[in-house]
Order: sequence, then structure tokens, then C-alpha cells
Amino acid sequence: MAVVLVLVLIVVGSVLFHFLSPWWWTPIASNWDYIDHTIIISFWITGVVFAAVVLFMAYCVFRFRHREGNRAAYEPENKRLESWLMIVTAFGVTALLVPGLFVWSRFVTVPGDATEIEVVAQQWQWSFRLPGKDGKLGTSDTRDVTADNPLGVAPKDPNGQDDVLVEAADLHLPVGKPVKVLLRSIDVLHDFYIPEFRAKMDMIPGSVTYFWFTPTRTGTFQVLCAELCGQGHPLMHGVVVVDTEQDYLAWLGQQQTFAQLSAPQQSGSANQPPGKIMASNLGVAANSKLSRSAQ
Amino acid sequence: MVDVTPADAVPPAEVGEVELYHPHSWWTKYVFSQDAKVIAVQYAATATAIGLVALVLSWLMRLQLGFPGTFDFITPEAYYQFITVHGMIMVIYLLTALFLGGFGNYLIPLMVGARDMVFPYVNMLSYWIYLLAVLVLVSSFFAPGGPTGAGWTLYPPQAIMSGTPGGQDWGIILMLSSLILFIVGFTMGGLNYVVTVLQGRTRGMTLMRLPLTVWGIFTATVMALLAFPALFVACVMMLLDRVLGTSFFMPAIVEMGTQLQHNGGSPILFQHLFWFFGHPEVYIVALPAFGIVSDLISTHARKNIFGYRMMVWAIIAIGALSFVVWAHHMYVSGMNPYFGFFFATTTLIIAVPTAIKVYNWVLTLWRGDIHLTIPMLFALAFIVTFVNGGLTGLFLGNVVVDVPLSDTMFVVAHFHMVMGVAPILVIFGAIYHWYPKVTGRMLDETLGRFHFWVTFVGAYLIFFPMHYLGLMGVPRRYAELTDMTIMTDSARHLNSFISIMAFIVGFAQMVFLFNLIWSIRHGREAGGNPWRATTLEWQTPQTPPAHGNFGKELPIVYRWAYDYSVPGAKEDFIPQNVPGDFAPSREPA
Repeated sequence: MAVVLVLVLIVVGSVLFHFLSPWWWTPIASNWDYIDHTIIISFWITGVVFAAVVLFMAYCVFRFRHREGNRAAYEPENKRLESWLMIVTAFGVTALLVPGLFVWSRFVTVPGDATEIEVVAQQWQWSFRLPGKDGKLGTSDTRDVTADNPLGVAPKDPNGQDDVLVEAADLHLPVGKPVKVLLRSIDVLHDFYIPEFRAKMDMIPGSVTYFWFTPTRTGTFQVLCAELCGQGHPLMHGVVVVDTEQDYLAWLGQQQTFAQLSAPQQSGSANQPPGKIMASNLGVAANSKLSRSAQ
Repeated sequence: MVDVTPADAVPPAEVGEVELYHPHSWWTKYVFSQDAKVIAVQYAATATAIGLVALVLSWLMRLQLGFPGTFDFITPEAYYQFITVHGMIMVIYLLTALFLGGFGNYLIPLMVGARDMVFPYVNMLSYWIYLLAVLVLVSSFFAPGGPTGAGWTLYPPQAIMSGTPGGQDWGIILMLSSLILFIVGFTMGGLNYVVTVLQGRTRGMTLMRLPLTVWGIFTATVMALLAFPALFVACVMMLLDRVLGTSFFMPAIVEMGTQLQHNGGSPILFQHLFWFFGHPEVYIVALPAFGIVSDLISTHARKNIFGYRMMVWAIIAIGALSFVVWAHHMYVSGMNPYFGFFFATTTLIIAVPTAIKVYNWVLTLWRGDIHLTIPMLFALAFIVTFVNGGLTGLFLGNVVVDVPLSDTMFVVAHFHMVMGVAPILVIFGAIYHWYPKVTGRMLDETLGRFHFWVTFVGAYLIFFPMHYLGLMGVPRRYAELTDMTIMTDSARHLNSFISIMAFIVGFAQMVFLFNLIWSIRHGREAGGNPWRATTLEWQTPQTPPAHGNFGKELPIVYRWAYDYSVPGAKEDFIPQNVPGDFAPSREPA
């Protein structure tokens, strides 16, 4: 009989845990509250099914447990019941899938007025590139990456000269403006993930991936890497600051363009291979091969 | 429903029996044995031994997550090696090997009424190559640089680069070699299981009279034979990339300021190959569990499995559908986002046959005569955890819901519940159920109940709250959760709680192991059919069954595997090899 009690407790406990525990999603900061709504629908439908199945099972165990002289019924199948259950299940699944696909179609349809920005990942840091006055990002290639051009912006492409580069520093975005985030990696797989924005996407060396969102409130948000990218993975944090339009423009004015950065008089950290600095800053145990390749 | 008269259903013997190779020495009887039952025990023992390594690794990673900074020896490198080897062992070397190599070998010949597998020698080779694969895997702990830390998915390019533990050392090479060996060994066993089910059945054992255990293992094996080749080629290609410098999966890369020699390869191609194997793999583990649990529920509820034909078709439908859903593991991989529409639809369609199986298990309990034996308790616990894990699968399969949840602890909680905890509960139930046949003695009841309660309740307490860490956004595969703005103090406490539960549940497994060993000599004598079950393995003349299983004459099958509580019959079960003339057999035609 203990098992009946435990089965009931599991249902009651799980429901109470769901509503009362302090562990819940972070306050949203993007337009993807659609996704949150879909999750809520999923919780309701699956929660009802879970409770129904487990409670029914508890009832069966209670009612039909073995007692002296009991004998089970003999009923190999029941076509009607089986088809009825199949139809109900198909309805439930459709109720999950339809809103899901509807929101997905929004997710993959980038609005025409979205500003393209680029995130470049490498072990284990984030850099960013914003289009300059021409509104266009220059082309890029991993083969163009050098110590002086850590993001691999094509040196000859005129569109790239005025691109604003933010190397291993914070990205700022204006609130309320849709952004299409182009994602690029120069070494391994990474994943650009900000919990408050709900969206994430892998970056693949050799390809450019993307997603879009609109920041809906100002604030400072932490970027996490969500694809295991080596030993520095858990420390690969970054920062995105969502500003008012005014603050954003002020910040933008202080940034340097590709042309300015690739001018001959360079000093400081730009001459260092970025990975080496990061590896030592992060306190990651760089193995011998790793430091050799960085020299 | 049509009543079947036994005479129609038993064809005459077509061919004579082939003489088995009988062992002549201790070595050929117990070590290089060609008896499927010995091979099964060898598989099970090896899988359990390597499973213990995985258990210890899980403790080590829970030490780090629950009590960060307390244990200096768990560096990020070590942590990633632990999670990688833990995952790989659990999925491949434990679950796949135990269900197919262990239960498959023991149960298929006995349940279909065969004397052995059809190719006993190849069957023996299968085990020894599996053992070699396990040894190669273990050897990576002693190789320079240690095992690979690329995660069990082994995604390139990082898997073969120096920023990942073992990437430029021996770790990844040994891992890939071990997988290749495993697949070679598995293929030998797998062909055996399939041919034995198709060709080795005794007279009267039609496909629709097979116990669902055999249907589950058979379908899973067919799937494995189709899915493992994708992993095989992926492993070979990555090995070539790593050793010979080819670029199957390697694009142009700048690693720590140095241009690598690779160019033009596609990392995402590996992901497609991996998950073309990887998703069916989930069902390769789940389908045998589905089959076994159906038989456990039916036997211990003394009632025929409800909707047998639907159960068989559901197994086949799930097996087929699981080959067209693989990219739901890749919604945020950067593949063409329009694939999401297709793969979300196929993924959610799988929920329908799966739900039918759940309904039929529960409806088997309805109006049953439920004996709360230990196998039955594990079967009930399986339903709870499987339903829970299956339902969270509807979150992750529904493409847009996966976007925030993917790569978080929600995924870890989901797959542990559905393909870790649930199948392992079935394995435990199955061991308590069939141990008397294998050894002739029962497992100790008190220790068994202790083991059940701690394992079931403990595992639920570990993985249920973990979903909510994922919902908060806590990513998986983080060796430390420091400096993270979303981590609250309460979430850290929850992590410590989960770790403590993990240690307790792990401890209960030691009690189980003790029970396994102690009961071989001290368990209560079981007799030939302690559960009063209908299937053929319980009708053998000796317990444990001798080589050749059935004595002089092979059994003849007259009825399906589920004649429990047949109205009019004296006993509440009629074995499959009992002629049907004294009781109505209302098996579905």
C-alpha cells in the first residue's frame, strides 16, 4: 500500500513544487514571450496527462491489488477504447504542435528592418562587429585572421572599413530595435546564449548562422556559451548592455572602426594572440600544446 | 477476436535439429563458451562492471556541481572527461550492451523455443570484441592526457583540438577506436538475434505469439543494425581527420592565433551522422525496456497484456519513426531553420504510439490481480519516470520550446529521466524477475525492497527538480557555475541537495550488488517457475536451463504468451506449450 501513497505524493508533490518552488525562468528581456507562452501551454497539457496517468495507476493498484481469491479479468483488447485514446492523444499533441510551429515561423522570419550585427566567438571570448555608416557589414574569412585582424574582416572589402569592432568587450544594443544576430566562430562550435532573451544559436566555424530578437528593456545581461567548447567553456562569459537610444549612440561614438584599428600604429593587446590572453586571464590550465600553438 | 484451434497453429517440423557444439572443458564451458546463456551473463557482468565506473564518475561530477571549489582535483579538464566517459558508458557500453547482449542473449533463444542462437560461434566472438572495446575505453584513463573530454556527442572540430582534453592526445583516438570495435562486436551479436527470432522459433511460435520482450529486443536490434553504421563511418572519418589530417569535419580554423591546415570540412555533417545514429539509439535502449516491462506487468498483474497487437505495431511504428526525427537534437545547431517544421512534426507524432503503450500498460493493471512483487514495483516506477521523461520530451521536441531549453539542465534532467532512470528501473525489475531462472535462487526480498524505494524515490528527487534549473537557464556541461548572474543561492542549495541524493541512490546500488552476489548461494530456492509465468523460459526441464535449453524435445507452442486468468481454466496461467483443448484461448487472431 505504501506504493499507492507514494504515487499520490509524487503527483501532489510535483504540482506543489511547480507552483511554490523559487526556481523559475528569469524575467524576460526580449520579444520572445511567445516562447514562454508555448512553454506554459506545454506545462498545462503535460501536467494534466502526468497527473491523470499516475493517479489512475495509483487507483488501480489500490483497487485491484492481490487479495486471497481475486482473479483478474480476461480482456485481450478493446478496439473502441484504444481508438478513442489514440484520437484524444492526437488532439493533445496537435494542441502542443500548432502553437509551437506558429511561434517557430515567427522565429525564423527576420523582420525587414532588423539591424544586422555580428558576434564572433573563439576559445574563450566574445567579440562583436557592427555595421558602420554604410549600414553593411564587410565580408570576412577565417583565413584573413591575423594578430592585427583578429576577426578576419576582409582587408580589401570597402564595406568592411567602417565596421565597428568590439573586441573582447561588452556589446551595447538600443532598446526596442529588432536585431538580426549573425553568428560566426573562428575555431570551434560555440553557442551565443542570453537566458533573458530566451534565444540561442550555435556558431559553426566555416558558416554564418543567425537568429533575431528585439530587446524590450534596458539592462545588463550576461552572455553564456551553451555549446561545450573546451576546457574554458564554463568561463566563456560576455556582456550585452541594452541601452536607451541616447546612451547607445554615446557608446557607439567611442568605438573604433576596422580602418582605425588596422592603421599601422598599433600598440598593446592587439598584437597578442587573443586566445593566449584569455586562457591566462581565465586561469585555465593551458596544456603544453595549447601554449605552444599560441606562440 | 477469433478462437484459434491448436491444430491449425502448429506446423510440422520442417528440418531436423542441428547438433550443438558441446563444451569439452572448463574453458569452453565458462570462458570461451558458445552457449547464449553464458554469453549473456558475460555481457551482463562486463556491462555492470563498466557501469560501476560510470557511477563513480557521476559521483565525482556531482561532487563538483554540488560543492564547487571544495575538491581541487576536479579541474575543468577532469570534469569534462568525467561527463564524457560517464555518458558514453551509460548509453553504449552499459544500456545497449546489457539490453541486447545481456537480456537478448539470455531471453531470445529461451523465449522463442530455440536451443541457442543460430550462430553460436559468432555470438561468442561478439562478446569478446565487446570486452575488447570496453578495455580500450578503460585504457584511455591511463593514456597520456587521459580520456577525451569532448562530451559524449564528440562534436568536431573541438573533439580533435587541443582546447579539449584528450583532443590532441590519446583520448579521442582511443574513444573512436573503442566505438568502432563496439559496433563490430555488436553487429555480430545483432545479426544473430535477428536471424534467431526470424528463423529459430519453435513449432507454433508465430510472430504474433512472441512475448513482447522478444518484440522489443528484436525491433531494437534491427534498428541498431541500421543506425550504428552511421556512427561507424562518423568515427572512421573523424579518426582520419585526427590522425591523417583529412578535413571531413574540419573547416578553416584559427586556433589560439595559429592557422590550422584543415580546410573545407563540415562540422555539422558529423552532427547529422551522429544523431542519425543517436536518436534511434534512444529507442534501441527504450524498446527492449518497453517489451520487458510489458511482460513484467502482465505476469505480476496476472492479466494478459492489454492490446497486444497494438503493442506490437506501436513498437514497430516507434522504431520506424525514430529514423526520421534525428535533427530534433539540432534545432539550435545552425542547420537550416526550416528543417524545424518537419522534425518537430515527426517528433511529436512519435508521442502517439508511445502514449498508446503507456495506456496499455496502465489498462493491463485495470481489473488485474496485482501482486506487488519487486519486479512489479519496478515496473510501476518505470511508468512514472517514463511518463514524466516522455512528457518533457514534448517540450524539447517542439522546436520553438527547445530554443530556450536546449543545452540547459532541462535536457539533462529529461534524458536522464526517460532513457537513464526509466530503462534502468526496468533492468532492475527484469533482474529480480529472471534471476531465479539464471541462478535457481530468489534475490533477497528485504534488500530488494530497500533497493527499490531508495532508487525510485531518490532518482525522482534528483531529476525532477533539475528540470527547473534548466528552466532558469542554467546551462549543462558547465564545470563551474561561478560568476553567473542567473544562479541564485537557492539554486546552489538545490544543486547540493541533488548531489547528496545522487550519493544516496548510488549507495543503494551497492546493496543491490551485494544482494546479487549473496543470493547466488544463500537465496531461497526458486523452483522452475516461481512467478507462475506462461512464457517458455519458465517451462524448461532444468533450472538453470542446461545447454540446449529444452532437454530432448523442443516445446511446441499452442497459444500466445498472455493466457493469464483465462476464464474456466483451473490455474490463473496457462503456459504457452500447454495444448489448448481444455480451456478457451481467446488470443487475438
